[in-house]
Amino acid sequence: MKYPFPVGKSDFIQGDEAIARAAILAGCRFYAGYPITPASEIFEAMALYMPLVDGVSIQMEDELASIAAVIGASWVGTKAMTATSGPGFSLMMENLGYAIMTETPIVVVDVQRSGPSTGQPTLAAQGDVMQAIWGTHGDHSLIVLTPATVQEAFDMTIRAFNLAEKYRTPVILLTDAEVGHMREKVDIPNPEDVELVYRKLPANEEEAKYPFGDIHGDLIPPMPIFGKGYRTYVTGLTHDEKGRPKTVDAEIHRKLIERIVNKIEKNKKDIIEYETFDLDDAEVAIISYGIVARSAIRAVKMLRSEGIKAGLLKLNVVWPFDFEMIEKIAEQVNAIYVPEMNLGQVYHLVKEGANGKARVELIPKIGGEVHTPQEIVKAVKRCEKCI
Amino acid sequence: MRKEVLISGFGGQGVILASVILGRAAAVYEGLYAVQTQSYGPESRGGASKAEVVISDEPIDYPKTLRPDYAVFLSQEAYQKYLTHLKEGAILIIEKDLIPHRNEEVEKKLKLKVYALPLTKIAEETTGLSLTMNILALGLFVALTEIVSREAIEKAVLDAVPKGTEQINLKALHKGFELGEKALKGEL
Repeated sequence: MKYPFPVGKSDFIQGDEAIARAAILAGCRFYAGYPITPASEIFEAMALYMPLVDGVSIQMEDELASIAAVIGASWVGTKAMTATSGPGFSLMMENLGYAIMTETPIVVVDVQRSGPSTGQPTLAAQGDVMQAIWGTHGDHSLIVLTPATVQEAFDMTIRAFNLAEKYRTPVILLTDAEVGHMREKVDIPNPEDVELVYRKLPANEEEAKYPFGDIHGDLIPPMPIFGKGYRTYVTGLTHDEKGRPKTVDAEIHRKLIERIVNKIEKNKKDIIEYETFDLDDAEVAIISYGIVARSAIRAVKMLRSEGIKAGLLKLNVVWPFDFEMIEKIAEQVNAIYVPEMNLGQVYHLVKEGANGKARVELIPKIGGEVHTPQEIVKAVKRCEKCI
Repeated sequence: MRKEVLISGFGGQGVILASVILGRAAAVYEGLYAVQTQSYGPESRGGASKAEVVISDEPIDYPKTLRPDYAVFLSQEAYQKYLTHLKEGAILIIEKDLIPHRNEEVEKKLKLKVYALPLTKIAEETTGLSLTMNILALGLFVALTEIVSREAIEKAVLDAVPKGTEQINLKALHKGFELGEKALKGEL
């Protein structure tokens, strides 16, 4: 197979471009989207590459249709992705719930810009975290990844496909205008070195009868593929193990939704990834994710040079969330600081995790610019003085 | 070795392309780390344009410039807006014809090494095309700073420029090298 971009070497490309190339290496062969700054470069790259790898890239009439087409593509066995930014992401919420309810592996990229509404199209923000996790209605779980560098945008896109296939769930790659538009060195692997996961298929006709049943005891039902000889009913209504709508039976609803939530929550250890910097002996912890984590790394170095024992927890996955780990950190440190490009979102998760064992302070910033390391240092020092 | 580069002018001068080529030379051909970011607005030709490149031999945390070690200013607006941001002792290249008003007090206070040349005019005389000015400025920049090798920047230029324009761009680049050598010898 010939790839329409260089593989097995380094390149200097934008985050958006890296996401597109990674998707293709992850086996994505269907893209549907609607152009929007700052995610349009993903679409442009997909429009260019897809025909060259026997894939399809299609512009839909809007974002509702884009995610709907991606769900359909997944049900015929194709790895599929869409990408958007805040305004389009809002429009995708209804069908994101449909993908969760029908347990459809898809990847949705949200290149965050400032909101609400059309906000600041060209500037970065982290205002969609809670929406990514809880934007669609009803009880559910899903997976949300947060890259901080162009290399991470590349690597996490491949991981997003693998997690979507493994857990039969939508995965959100939650990045931002800064990572999407910055250019950085990316090591693009040889395709044969990329580890790929494919969804579990029914082994036989008997298994195919239970497209929503926990028939293997791992909470993840095998997924029959349309056009492979099985009759399958796919519905957003509450359904039984065979997929038949059962909308008034409390027990069936409880079983279905608990399994959908638990297949993510019970596999937290496998899904959650994080990195730490100087956290072992820290008295002050900074917890950060995405682009801001890079300022936070610098801030930790600066604080250490001034004699403040700071350390960083960099979250690569913001959902599922490891509340227990946060509590352990809270037991160790005096205070936890959460710098984020919003008025407080992951801050609330951290506060819940800290469980009163340490002071948790938000370092908010909105308007489009990433926190400078100095801003984080200043905020930490101001608070450390006031104790 | 974290080095910060700020390039600013107006849309149409090739500010962004110059920054991408520099980042590419460092990241792909020198094996260094590099991050390129740009002000991204509705402006195209005529509006203010700014690009930043951070180059380092270790992974880059904060991706933007804090106190640029090197700068290229191609418009009066850029000069006025960013002059005071530069690090003490920074190397500054400026487009002399487009920046008639200078603040010698700040230049002196920051101990800047300033190279002021009519870059657009020289580019036009060298290649017949004023739009090769950005590549000429890159050549000058590399000769003065040696932040990447000449081979690396040549390869990155060839990767980035449109097919059929390779020779003309290399000519502009080499003229930049030549000017840089002269400047370092104090012959300008």
